[in-house]
Amino acid sequence: MKLFLAILMTGILTENFVLSKFLGICPFLGVSKKLNTALGMSTAVIFVMVLSTAVTYPINQYLLVKNGLEYLQTLVFILVIAALVQLVEIALKKFLPALYNSLGIYLPLITTNCAVLGVVLLNIDKGYGFWQSIVNSLGGGLGFMLAMVLFAGVRERLESCEVPKFLQGLPITLIAASLVSVSFLGFTGIVEGMFGS
Amino acid sequence: MNPILLSVLIVAAIGLLAGLGLAIASIVMAVPVDEKAEALEAVLPGANCGACGFSGCSGYAKALSEGKTTQTALCAPGGSEAAKAVAALLGLSAENVVPMAATVLCRGNHTNTGTKFDYAGVQSCKMATQLFGGSSLCSYGCLGYGDCAAACPYGAITVCEGVAQVNPMLCRACKLCVKACPKQLITLLPLHEAKAAVLCRNKDKGGPARKACKASCIGCMRCVKACEYGAVTVRNNLASIDPAKCTACGKCMGVCPSGCIRLLGTTAGVQS
Repeated sequence: MKLFLAILMTGILTENFVLSKFLGICPFLGVSKKLNTALGMSTAVIFVMVLSTAVTYPINQYLLVKNGLEYLQTLVFILVIAALVQLVEIALKKFLPALYNSLGIYLPLITTNCAVLGVVLLNIDKGYGFWQSIVNSLGGGLGFMLAMVLFAGVRERLESCEVPKFLQGLPITLIAASLVSVSFLGFTGIVEGMFGS
Repeated sequence: MNPILLSVLIVAAIGLLAGLGLAIASIVMAVPVDEKAEALEAVLPGANCGACGFSGCSGYAKALSEGKTTQTALCAPGGSEAAKAVAALLGLSAENVVPMAATVLCRGNHTNTGTKFDYAGVQSCKMATQLFGGSSLCSYGCLGYGDCAAACPYGAITVCEGVAQVNPMLCRACKLCVKACPKQLITLLPLHEAKAAVLCRNKDKGGPARKACKASCIGCMRCVKACEYGAVTVRNNLASIDPAKCTACGKCMGVCPSGCIRLLGTTAGVQS
């Protein structure tokens, strides 16, 4: 239990996908203009991360590792994740139209998101078991959500600021993102302190 | 087994499985799309202006196909052509569409009216209205910053000498300008029927109205007396003409001292 909690907190805070590993920057900058869309996007990311981990773990363990084909991981995972997201989209449209309408536009966007592929590959690099991988993906997704929500707040403040002309638009957004990222450095070591691992 | 062959086989198998799975899923879990609504949307002009009262063309098409409304003539930009096509698809008889065009009910240009003060704020009617109702001497009149022109998707509105003017040839009666005008000066009038209309909204009494604008309605009742059909009424010092009773005889126009009554819709037959 302690290990799972440690993995979860690591995923959310110290090894935050967006702010520490710099993965998934595209949706982070693109969809963080409003709090609502940021929440919708991150819910979809959590969903897809956990689901793709659950599917790719057995494929890796029983198909690739067994045959000594670990070098195919990236290729196979991209293929599987893309097909999976499409399948989920079709199923949601049929069975849960309400969820489809709220997630719908974001699902195709994350099909090829590097954060999703990143979490799957990092699970394997770290040698996690099945449930540990799932928890790590959940943590990664929640960390993505935290970063999105924080940054959406920052950007809503930026809207009402007088920004010098040469910094308007993307430059000030990137500077703000790097400052938020620096603040996350402060979490280094917090998990070891909390769980003593 | 040859590792190259094995790896190719594995990737090909996964790809094939995923492809087949998606193909089967798209057939098994296909969501029935309303074909009637799609066909209806195709005949609507796709302007998504909202003049019909629904959320865009697809909303109107959906409401029609589900039987929520049977009014086939709600689409203003599509006019009678769209109404006929919609009615044909639904098997209803086409309602008669009276083509309308927007009209700005103000003639307060620079020669007819002046300014109370110099306005140097944001050049928009909505913002200018916030400051003492705008800088125009007439607090009912057109401010001329062109909020309506900016709202018009068809480029039918131009501001000429401080008053917005609608080109009836380009107007498609979508009412976006009606909503954009903070002074509620724009209204829809029949395009092809000649009717007299009072191009003023000033509700002040004669003296103040006259001082505000030379072309304002002063409520002198002369048009009421001149009209043989009882089409003109004066309320709150402002004349208005009932288009149902008006025969466009032009007598009210002749007696109006400020010239704010004009015959409109004389472009009959030019459009369409």
